[in-house]
Amino acid sequence: MQAPDRETWSKLVFDKLVDANVSLFSYVPDFGNTDIIKMADEHNETRTVLLTSEEEGVAVCAGADLVGQRGVICMQSSGVGNCPNYLSLVKGGRFPMLMIVTMRGDYGEENHWQYPMGQAVIPILEAMGVLVIQVDREDELEHATEAAISAAYTGGQGVALVFTQKFLGAKAF
Amino acid sequence: MSTINRRDLLPNLLPNPDDFLIVSGLAGASKDTAGLTDDGANLFTMAGAMGSTVSMGLGVALAAPTQHVLSVAGDGELMMGIGSLATAASMMPNNFTIICIDNGMHAETGGQLGHTSRRTNLAIMAEGAGIPSVLEIDSPNQFAEAAQFITDAPGPRFLWARVTVDPPTAYKRDFDLAARRQIFRTAFQAKNQAD
Repeated sequence: MQAPDRETWSKLVFDKLVDANVSLFSYVPDFGNTDIIKMADEHNETRTVLLTSEEEGVAVCAGADLVGQRGVICMQSSGVGNCPNYLSLVKGGRFPMLMIVTMRGDYGEENHWQYPMGQAVIPILEAMGVLVIQVDREDELEHATEAAISAAYTGGQGVALVFTQKFLGAKAF
Repeated sequence: MSTINRRDLLPNLLPNPDDFLIVSGLAGASKDTAGLTDDGANLFTMAGAMGSTVSMGLGVALAAPTQHVLSVAGDGELMMGIGSLATAASMMPNNFTIICIDNGMHAETGGQLGHTSRRTNLAIMAEGAGIPSVLEIDSPNQFAEAAQFITDAPGPRFLWARVTVDPPTAYKRDFDLAARRQIFRTAFQAKNQAD
């Protein structure tokens, strides 16, 4: 099965985030979030925030929430491992949070190094009270994105929209 | 050696604390800010998520560009989130000031010496991260200069205040972060609708 075109699915996700009034796109670069960040850089009503480490994005988005604005954090799955302590803001403070996570270390991974963290992503998120919504197939994309946005910004939850390697395709080594 | 008692620091630097939105870090930094504002609605204090104070203040500053936003952190907290200085510098928010209250130790856990008591120079780190305005103070004689730095220097600003080992302001603040989030949001919305 061929992986869906990244620019096409990224545009769908980005447009829905803009429609939901997300203005800050914090990120640590990943192959999977390249197009979303490029779109956020080019759009008039959105800004990108390059982080040195993913947990900063949790705090940046919480800060934006304090003054009524909406942010997301885009990261590779390994970055989830940097976030747990800062995610206290979600479980303890009920700050809404939307993490866009592109997976490594799951379906078809060829890099040994990616497996330990890749396999820990969902247990870590769940341990910190973050709702996980996974996208495995192209036909799930639109509803999953809408569900994640609703859960975060209307439902007030911490949510991770997780794009698995079944969806993204695995990087060849 | 510094001659600044931290209890005198913020009242001298920030004579009008209502002019700011403030995010402050663990332990002493938040005792000092809560004492300054009487745990005001323009203040969000942390007692966990160590390292996040600069990033959270940056988020406020980026999302509320017409407000002057302060992040107030101890040296231990600042070092834990030191990369956030680069993140703040890259975004260049003119409305953002970082104040580090540096007592050179982890006072909350028993006074163990920190990096700034050894070899670490936070002014050089802030400059190296790209923060355009950096000031180091260690004497009450510099309070007026520091207050003017906060209001007038091009942002983002980093004020490194080296203080004595005397204890922080005695203040029992509200630790309920969910409640404090609501209080901050509600007050900000009300104020901005009124403006």
